[in-house]
Amino acid sequence: MGSAAIERDVEREFEREFERDVATASASIAMTREGAGVGALACLAVESLDAYFGAARVVRGVTFDVRAGEVTAIIGPSGCGKSTLLRCLNRMHETVPTARVEGEVRFEGRDIYASAVSAIGVRRHIGMVFQRPTPFPTMSIRDNVAAGLKIVPRGERPDRRATGEIVERALRRAALWDEVKDRLNGSAVALSGGQQQRLCIARALATSPTMLLLDEPTASLDPISTQRVEELVYELRDQVTIVIVTHNMQQAARISDRTAFMLSGELVEYGPTNAMFTTPSDARTEAYITGRFG
Amino acid sequence: MSLARRRAINVVMITLTYVAAIIATLPLLFILLHLLRQGATAVNWNFFTRMPAPTGESGGGMANAIVGTGIIVLLASALGLPVGIGAGLFLAENRRARLATIVRFLSDVLNGLPSIVLGIFAWQLVVRPFKHFSALAGGLALGAMMIPLVTRATEEMIRLVPVSMREAALALGYSKWRASLSVVLRTALPGIVTGALMAVARIAGETAPLIFTAFGNQFWSVSPTQPIAALPLQIYTYAISPYDDWHAQAWAGALVLLGFVLVISLAARFATRSRFGLGGD
Amino acid sequence: MDHSKTEAAWSASSARKRSAAIVVRMGGSSNGDRVYRWVTTGFALFIPILLLLIAAEVFVAGWPALSKFGIGFFTGTEWDPVNGRFGAAPALFGTIVSSLLALILATPLAVGVAIFLSEFAPRWIRRPVAFLVDLLAAIPSVVYGLWGILVLVPVLREHVMPFFKETLRLGNLPLFSGPSYGPSMLAAACILAIMVLPYISAVSREVLMAVPRSQREAALALGATRWEMIWDAVLPFARSGIIGGVILGLGRALGETMAVTMVIGNRHAISASLFAPGYTMASVIANEFSEATNDLHVSALMAVGAALFLVTVLVNVIARWLVWRTARGGA
Repeated sequence: MGSAAIERDVEREFEREFERDVATASASIAMTREGAGVGALACLAVESLDAYFGAARVVRGVTFDVRAGEVTAIIGPSGCGKSTLLRCLNRMHETVPTARVEGEVRFEGRDIYASAVSAIGVRRHIGMVFQRPTPFPTMSIRDNVAAGLKIVPRGERPDRRATGEIVERALRRAALWDEVKDRLNGSAVALSGGQQQRLCIARALATSPTMLLLDEPTASLDPISTQRVEELVYELRDQVTIVIVTHNMQQAARISDRTAFMLSGELVEYGPTNAMFTTPSDARTEAYITGRFG
Repeated sequence: MSLARRRAINVVMITLTYVAAIIATLPLLFILLHLLRQGATAVNWNFFTRMPAPTGESGGGMANAIVGTGIIVLLASALGLPVGIGAGLFLAENRRARLATIVRFLSDVLNGLPSIVLGIFAWQLVVRPFKHFSALAGGLALGAMMIPLVTRATEEMIRLVPVSMREAALALGYSKWRASLSVVLRTALPGIVTGALMAVARIAGETAPLIFTAFGNQFWSVSPTQPIAALPLQIYTYAISPYDDWHAQAWAGALVLLGFVLVISLAARFATRSRFGLGGD
Repeated sequence: MDHSKTEAAWSASSARKRSAAIVVRMGGSSNGDRVYRWVTTGFALFIPILLLLIAAEVFVAGWPALSKFGIGFFTGTEWDPVNGRFGAAPALFGTIVSSLLALILATPLAVGVAIFLSEFAPRWIRRPVAFLVDLLAAIPSVVYGLWGILVLVPVLREHVMPFFKETLRLGNLPLFSGPSYGPSMLAAACILAIMVLPYISAVSREVLMAVPRSQREAALALGATRWEMIWDAVLPFARSGIIGGVILGLGRALGETMAVTMVIGNRHAISASLFAPGYTMASVIANEFSEATNDLHVSALMAVGAALFLVTVLVNVIARWLVWRTARGGA
């Protein structure tokens, strides 16, 4: 055999190995989702959800479902309850004193508010990123990303090498790896605002959540960082189901597959984003979208 | 009243406030100057390494007193720090609870108690039953003094940590106690250390509670169950004695003590700048 | 390539485990929360318990003397350990007089400094002066006492007291009469004044700065001089806060031990003269405790301690209430 032929063989072998690896990885991801009972359709179903702060009902009878592999946006004017609704989906609402939730939220078929279900377990499957970046100031970048891994029960905790790989993968998925790979031990607080927010996204991704909740994640970022985060959200959608609350309609139109419009605690309209923005069925939706209020 | 008279009064009173400011800062300068002058000559290597000389003889030092103070402070911290930080955590996380208001108030009351009352308390509780003075008794009295200081520092520092930090931890799946300790307390720790240092500076200079608890010791002793020397105690003993040489030693001791207290207070105050810069854009 | 396998493998296996785990109530963590709450509550409860314990120990130990002498303990002037007679009136008298004198000396100075700092001081002077005044609070009591006994008392004895007695010929007044060896009520009052000054000054400063600009501007707009503005518009507003600061200072003066015991002369005597030695409650305990000869003596000293405990708690509570009241607005 000539050297060119050998080269071709080697190349083909590499290709095959690569494909095999990709297949295994995809199969693992698929297995992950199937193992977790995720079907092609509903990932999360909300039914008649009411949320209270003390006696004040802030979310009223909301019913909708979130489909796997999609980006679902929740829009509405300030104070309409969209953030509260989001926080009900991973049981964060109840961390506020006097907060109360009634109704059902079924995640992968199980009601997360059932008494047998632990809030902590829910939060390990459903990650959240907040409006203002909140890197832990006393931890390095690496430790920040790995923060969610430390609390996994002893038997399942990844070892050092696995942790390092998970950290790298999370940072890559968050489009931050190239910028921080040389200073993983550096302070997380020294990063710029946009970088910090991507770090928070990486931190949420590190635990391989099935779903990611984003509460106005670009509200405190400059336009360039905002754009990067939006691209990120778009890329992540087939790996993680995403629900994003945003006060920016254009953002919702840009990156979401389905949109929910909320007003005064009620879910006014919910449907495919394109349809909602071009031919809204409810007058209130149209008024909001055309800028008559909000 | 005529305008001229009102103007005159104005000038006089303003001048008086300037005078007040000068008079108020004078004592400090006087004392410091005197301390430096008298103490600097007697502070030497011997002072830090030698034991007290027999009555009336010269050339002794306060090595045992310096070490003794260190030991008593350590013992006091063993009581003051855990209770202070634990209580501070409680107060910060249960801000409006009735119990929290009561504890906060009583902590202030404890803070205002004369140190000598704490001394007789420690005597009654520890020295009397065991029938001898000890460093532990001194540590108890000073530890009780530390508690309200550390409690307040802890509560304030924890309240400074943004709620979003705790929420971020909870959203990751941290349980409440873990979020409190691994994230919130850890973030507030530098400030708490500062508060603890200021508490140490405060108790290191206390004499009254030690007079009949630690009692003082002319010899070298590091045992917690025996009487132990302490710098402020030694200064007191020497100051009220009739010997000039001991007076000189007292000045030296006062200079060292004041230096120690000031350095810690200043360093602690200097270090409490904004600690939670979340970076910017 | 290995990387994705390891990571993916971990993801897959843990996802299955986690899926099952979501249903199980995580007993471990809610236990952890309970333990945490108990521990912090326990530490918090330590404080009231400690306070009660202190009160109990001190009162129980002082009871024998109190029950033996009754109210006479506080009115009797004879303190004779040898013959078993204990009257704490001189100590009480000394405490009250030295503290009051200290306040009389310190308050005008402290408020003056506070006004200076909040109204007139050029910016560059503010921080250093405020810092220096506050620094007075950091100096240990025994250092004050040392300075008092070796510097202040000789100065009083050799210059100030003769000045009043001879130069001013006031030696016949009860206030300045009697032998003047140096250690005296006057010396104690002076040292206490210096020690108490930073506390009154700090509280006054805060309170003055909290007076809203609108008050000052209204006065100035009516044509008041700077001083008139302060006297008529600012001070009344800050009055109860300043009084609160003064009472806070009183609380500290009442409990001050070392500096006082080193310069007051340590004599159980009630005298009208500033130049005479005396005693305070705190200094009698400090001075006599180690050498208390019998149980009754110890009990008497404990009773004095109990009285001191009560008085300082009361004064501190009143002080804080007053400062708190100003914080809510208006004198």
